[in-house]
Amino acid sequence: MIDFTDEQIERYSRHIILPEVGGEGQSRLLESKVLLVGVGGLGSPAAFYLAAAGIGNMGIIDFDTVDLSNLQRQIIHNTERIGMLKTESAKKTIAALNPDVNVTVFNEKLCAANIMRLLDGYDYILDGTDNFATRYLINDACVMTGKTNIHGSIFRFEGQVTIFKSDKGPCYRCLYPEPPPPGMVPNCQEGGVLGVLAGVIGNLQVVETLKLILGKEETLIGTLLIYDALKTEFRKLKLKKDPHCPVCGDHPTITELIDHEEFCASPR
Amino acid sequence: MSVKVRVPTPLMKLTNNQSEVTAEGTTISEILNNLESQFAGIKDRICDENGTPRRFINIYLNEEDIRFLDGESTAVKDGDEISIIPAIAGGA
Repeated sequence: MIDFTDEQIERYSRHIILPEVGGEGQSRLLESKVLLVGVGGLGSPAAFYLAAAGIGNMGIIDFDTVDLSNLQRQIIHNTERIGMLKTESAKKTIAALNPDVNVTVFNEKLCAANIMRLLDGYDYILDGTDNFATRYLINDACVMTGKTNIHGSIFRFEGQVTIFKSDKGPCYRCLYPEPPPPGMVPNCQEGGVLGVLAGVIGNLQVVETLKLILGKEETLIGTLLIYDALKTEFRKLKLKKDPHCPVCGDHPTITELIDHEEFCASPR
Repeated sequence: MSVKVRVPTPLMKLTNNQSEVTAEGTTISEILNNLESQFAGIKDRICDENGTPRRFINIYLNEEDIRFLDGESTAVKDGDEISIIPAIAGGA
């Protein structure tokens, strides 16, 4: 267990008094390494609460800049920062919230050529991206490296959350072997999204990430949680590992990373 | 047999914006055909030309993915709940 300063004991007191966290759990959080892919709708609330929780090492990947139309949901940025790199804006907000968090920023667009370098050194990958190409890339790289992928996605009033950890449960391709062809599935830019839905789903990703770090048994591995904001309803569906999965199955056919760019239904 | 079918947001345009509809049939295949008779065009969105669900859409009978049951031949009974769950990618 790490030696807490008096300030840390006070800052994390509401965690430390929880028997399920305690000093040991808080130590684990402070020593953990979490990579956020995207600091947009899902990544903004996630970065905020991960930082507040005292995640000691946070990587943030994003190549985009803050736009006025982001601010309806991307709460880690603000009006003064329009035009600023999202990674820099997120880093500023986190530094002001909690100096215990070491933030490393990567102003890069994730692709097959750089993903292994960017994932290196992180144990938990929080997928806050907005397109199928990157989601499949993250999945495949996580399967190949044994890393844990905390998955969240949103559309209009509906969100999905699960954890893909291929040594213990299914991966994204067990669920959906291939991305949809362009145009078959609308994206948020075309379809709209309730801003706060990003907060609900991004923060559910954080809850699951913290539980994984704390070693809790009952997580969303093997379960798809679906939230319907209009109906005020949560549903859980069972996910199974597919023995015929092209990437984590018994005889994988995908053994190299693929840039699914041509299938991407989400033009930027 | 009458079952409740949960319609995902991207397909609600075809069901007059209803997120829950009722369908008749004894298997998933029959349910899909019955849906098509009520909401023309919906089956084509869910299934490929062979009538099997597309690879980015899953169908659940209650909590279970039909791919791990008997696929489209999976039997359904009165009061079952069918969910159609497509991959969604939004996050920004």
